[in-house]
Amino acid sequence: MLRLTCPYCGAAADETELTPGGEAHLTRHGPGSSDEAFEGYLFLRKNPYGVHFERWRHAHGCGKWFHAARDTRSLQVFGTYSAQVTRPPQDIIDRIAATHPGFDWEAGQ
Amino acid sequence: MSELLCTEGLARIETVSGRGMITLKGELESRRFRNVLAKALDLPLPGPLSCAFNGARGVGWMAPDEVLILVPGEEVPEALARLRNKIGDHHITAVDVSDARAQFRLTGPGAREVLAKLSPVDFAPARFAPGTFRRTRLAQVPVAVWQKEEDVFGLVCFRSVADYVAGLLVNAAAPGSGVGYFASGG
Ligand SMILES: [Zn+2]
Repeated sequence: MLRLTCPYCGAAADETELTPGGEAHLTRHGPGSSDEAFEGYLFLRKNPYGVHFERWRHAHGCGKWFHAARDTRSLQVFGTYSAQVTRPPQDIIDRIAATHPGFDWEAGQ
Repeated sequence: MSELLCTEGLARIETVSGRGMITLKGELESRRFRNVLAKALDLPLPGPLSCAFNGARGVGWMAPDEVLILVPGEEVPEALARLRNKIGDHHITAVDVSDARAQFRLTGPGAREVLAKLSPVDFAPARFAPGTFRRTRLAQVPVAVWQKEEDVFGLVCFRSVADYVAGLLVNAAAPGSGVGYFASGG
């Protein structure tokens, strides 16, 4: 059972109160982009066995989209944060590095 | 005006008809928003996951940009006029949504357990106390539930699923179905 704390209302939301939104921090490639870039944006996802950054919506709650960082292997949740950012906050990256020494967010992008 | 759905069992459950509901949307953090609530309806701005009452009026925190105002049904036109007068041309919207949602009241020491059976929210007395207001899931539908005072809970759901919610609540409160999970009731 996954429980994520919504950064907007502070509720400890059960997975069944949330709607998954897939991988976070995608760069949109729209009209005018190359076929490869558009395909990557539309279809290709990391789907890692480990640290993952995701989008979730507090659908049965305050209704807001937010970001979550968690480990898909251990199910450890490193934290949730605003959807209005293009990279995870440093405190979450530090928390990941504590259990995944040498974790490099930029290198994974 | 209310219909009694169940008196025996874990809780007394009734529909609450004739209640007025007004959605107020805007930037909750702004001083303007707080002033509109205070000056138009003498209501404080509740923080996240909470609600506040002033006599027959109440207000619950719905989202970072939305509160739900509860007033007696007959007060809606005047309340709306007072709100709009204080809003002026600022970017805050007030809309009568009284017909959008159905309201229920659950009373009794077992009311907490009835809700806990149907929702993933932690209804432990220390976590869900008078003044708590939470939007969540009741079985398969979205609801907002709050505790007004000891052993008294309010709940709203979309009117289209009111019969479903009434059935859920009555079933969860069936006589002999107490689990006794919380020390205070069951
Ligand atoms: Zn939320």
